[in-house]
Amino acid sequence: MKDFLNSWGISLMVFLPLVGALAMLVVPKAKEQFHKVVALAASLVVGFIGILLMTNFDYDASGSLQFVIDKAWIPIINSRYIVGIDGISLPMIALTLLIVPLCIIYSWNRFPEPKNPKAFLILILILETGMLGTFVSQDLILFFVFFEVVLLPMYFMIGVWGGEKRQYASLKFFLYTLFGSALMIVAFLALYFLSDPIEVGGQLMHSFDMRILPELATGISTGAALWIFGGMFMGFGIKVPMFPFHTWLPDAHTQAPTVGSVILAAVLLKLGTYGFIRIAIPILPSAAEKWAPFIGLLAVIGIIYGALCCLAQSDMKRLIAFSSVSHMGFVMLGIATLTTFGFQAAIFGMVAHGLITGLLFFVAGSTKDRYHTLDISRLGGMLKSMPHMGWILGFSVMASLGLPGLAGFWGEFPAILSAYNPGLGLNVAFFRVLMVIAAVGTVLAASYLLWMYQRVGFGVPTKEYEDDPHLHDVTFTEWLAWTPILVLIVVLGFMPNIIFKVTDGAVERTIAIVNGLGG
Amino acid sequence: MLAQLLTFAWNAPSIDYHALAPEIIVAVTIVVLILLDAFTGERSRWASSSVAGIGLLVALIPIATLAYDGVNRVMFGGGFVVDNYALILQALFLVAGYIVILLSTNYIAEGDYHEGEYYTLLLSSILGMMVMASARDLISIFIALELVSIPAYMLAAWRKRDQKSNEAGLKYYLMGVFASAILLYGMSLIFGITGSTLLVDIGAELGSYVSSQPIITLGIAFVLIGFAFKVSAVPFHQWAPDTYEGAPTPVTSFLAVASKAAGFVAILNVLFIGFYERHDVWEPLMWVLAALSMTVGNLIALRQTNVVRMLAYSGIAQAGYILAPLAVAGATLGTGSEALRSIVVYLLIYAGMNLGAFAVVLAVSRKTRSGDIKSFGGLFSYAPTLTVCMTIFLFSLAGIPPAAGWFAKLSIFSSLASAGSASGYVLAVIVGLNSVIAFGYYGRLIRVMWMDEAPDGDRTPIKVPASLSFALVITVAVTLVWGVFPGALTHFTDQVNLFSLLR
Repeated sequence: MKDFLNSWGISLMVFLPLVGALAMLVVPKAKEQFHKVVALAASLVVGFIGILLMTNFDYDASGSLQFVIDKAWIPIINSRYIVGIDGISLPMIALTLLIVPLCIIYSWNRFPEPKNPKAFLILILILETGMLGTFVSQDLILFFVFFEVVLLPMYFMIGVWGGEKRQYASLKFFLYTLFGSALMIVAFLALYFLSDPIEVGGQLMHSFDMRILPELATGISTGAALWIFGGMFMGFGIKVPMFPFHTWLPDAHTQAPTVGSVILAAVLLKLGTYGFIRIAIPILPSAAEKWAPFIGLLAVIGIIYGALCCLAQSDMKRLIAFSSVSHMGFVMLGIATLTTFGFQAAIFGMVAHGLITGLLFFVAGSTKDRYHTLDISRLGGMLKSMPHMGWILGFSVMASLGLPGLAGFWGEFPAILSAYNPGLGLNVAFFRVLMVIAAVGTVLAASYLLWMYQRVGFGVPTKEYEDDPHLHDVTFTEWLAWTPILVLIVVLGFMPNIIFKVTDGAVERTIAIVNGLGG
Repeated sequence: MLAQLLTFAWNAPSIDYHALAPEIIVAVTIVVLILLDAFTGERSRWASSSVAGIGLLVALIPIATLAYDGVNRVMFGGGFVVDNYALILQALFLVAGYIVILLSTNYIAEGDYHEGEYYTLLLSSILGMMVMASARDLISIFIALELVSIPAYMLAAWRKRDQKSNEAGLKYYLMGVFASAILLYGMSLIFGITGSTLLVDIGAELGSYVSSQPIITLGIAFVLIGFAFKVSAVPFHQWAPDTYEGAPTPVTSFLAVASKAAGFVAILNVLFIGFYERHDVWEPLMWVLAALSMTVGNLIALRQTNVVRMLAYSGIAQAGYILAPLAVAGATLGTGSEALRSIVVYLLIYAGMNLGAFAVVLAVSRKTRSGDIKSFGGLFSYAPTLTVCMTIFLFSLAGIPPAAGWFAKLSIFSSLASAGSASGYVLAVIVGLNSVIAFGYYGRLIRVMWMDEAPDGDRTPIKVPASLSFALVITVAVTLVWGVFPGALTHFTDQVNLFSLLR
């Protein structure tokens, strides 16, 4: 079993969704039931392989890559098919494996206009391959390919199944990300050519191998390293999204179909932060040190700006979207400290934000299905008309504002705390100022979330929805899709060590690289 | 006496028939086509396209055996070389030509155009391209270029009762002749300085000039500008959109892919063998041409409403990407080889994806009888397969993985970065920004196909003829396989080298 997993496990996990998609491609779209079953089955089998991998994962050695596959891919530029899992990628993969089947279950009976479950589900499966591939890649070019593959299905999902301004939103989403990745690939290539060559088959060649690049990149001059880091910063920062590149996010979220919003918030945004932790910082620590104050500053601006924007929103989904900007700011702040603690907090924050904001978008989607509007001023009295849903919304609001005992707390609080003692030679006073401002951000978060909940959950239903028969409480498929998330939010809230223990080794190793080579 | 004179004047060159076999086969096919057309009646006209297609495929056999053989064959005193570079490009021209024939079959037959002549001219042009790949002498390059162009002028005007087609042909002809004149003038200057038409000699001679002579600069610039017309680089591009729009669509695909590739091959030949040492002259020229072509091409493409015109401007922008590596190719021999390979890679991938895009345009216009982008509205609802194919091609053109275009662009980026110079990086960033602009119009077409309603609610399905489907299968397969396994492509291209003659 172990041998099989070692040589095939990851490839199987990454490409099985594609196999499912291919099977669906040849069956006519009229057979909707077939498509739903195949898509769900594919995502569940993928999840099962993921569980096998996780149970066979050696948690004592989470710092080292496991289940590594290393095969020739494009020999001429020495780009290889290298995949592996370590403590940093494992939580992200687990998150992806969880969210995708839940999305398929959620959309079972409620495909957004213009329906066509076949195409919709195929896109979700392609998306899954792209996301998993990005998290397991250990080669820059491979990473880039998967990073881009993710764009396509999301573009169609927003553009075809989205709201009224879907065309504008989808194109904006695509162009922003494309702009970032164009600069990112130039940065990758500059890195490739400027790093030291290694011997491959008796011949000196440069390498895209992320495992050895931190060592090979030490010879790059400071000026060049700063530029290269800048290119990567654009690529990853737009994806996160960091202020001021965040403007695509509210549009994309507001227009995307529910499931699209959920995947976007839960996983896609994490590709950016993951890129910082996995690629940009360990490979170019000295440049990261120079960039860190700037990143920290933008992160904190994002926290405050996102929160203030939330206070000004009248649309529930748009409000949640801006809260994403704010929350991802905490993650970026943790990363900018360049400390073990900060990284740990960031990774936890990524998972927590994925679960909580995913749930919020689910609830927002269901709200829209029932009220046919997300205008906060027209909603109200949800606790009265739909008590269960009202409670779930309240629960996710509490989790999102960082209530201790729920998952959100462990993403936010340590991130703020980590800024007290930034790593390397970072300016302590500056980061402490950032810390204080970020702490103010949590207060703002509490105010906009509670305010939103007050207006939506409390009170009595407005006149127009008083006796609306569409307002039925949480349905079976919704329970099925939401329960795992609800449970996880509580479990992680009480036992954050589940994740901290996994990430610990890998983060230690990354920070050791940063300190060892960047000091 | 007479016999003596003859032996003195005429020394028959030794001819390697194996090396010439591809050209000979195509030439024989041309003759067969003419005879077929002359001596059979109307009812067997349909055979022309089959004969032409089979001829091209048969010509691939000697190319395979020559590649397997792996020996560089030099003939006619160095003026004609068969090496890996020539072979891979000849294969490109043959396959691209074959796909164009597949695209033409129904179009030409149903339009009641002159089938025999059409395929004769098409194959003549392809023959010119094949010679171009091997030509290493200014004169043979020029002859190859004219052999490529003259049939193409006529093909562009093939729909002779259509004013736009006439305009297309005439414009193409006038601009082409103008470019040829400039080219010849440049060549004569180069010949005057170096005393040879052989590229190798020119290379050696130009390399030995230490001081920069204005006349050399002028000669190189004229030659390159002459070719810049052929590849429709900005500011020498004005003919392209009108010609592309007016010409019959299969011919347009031929001009946009094969004929353009031939122009690039000519540029590569003269730059890398003849002018390589004078990179101080051509590098800045190429930098400007590349940056202008991609930026202007993309910006104008954004405003197009006709799909063929849009593809024409996209082709101008793509020409800019292809020229970009040449802007840094002179830094070292290593960068030079890198640039050469990346261009060959780009040409191959570009042929696949662009021919595919034209195939879809042809298929759709069979139903809609229009080239308007709006006529693609709602395509997904009644022709999902065509829509998915077109989406793959457009994403490929935009350089988004996993369609092959991403690797083509990566190669360009890679060769620009390998020079390690500021100008290289700046150009790489310009290419990057242009990729974003380009998605503006590729994405718009995708959007129209997937997200808009069908115009007039007409959702009758499209009947795609067999030959067109086959062309689509080939191009989609190529675009996806090369995108996922670029190694399958680089396996052939990493042997490509033009410097073997120099050192």
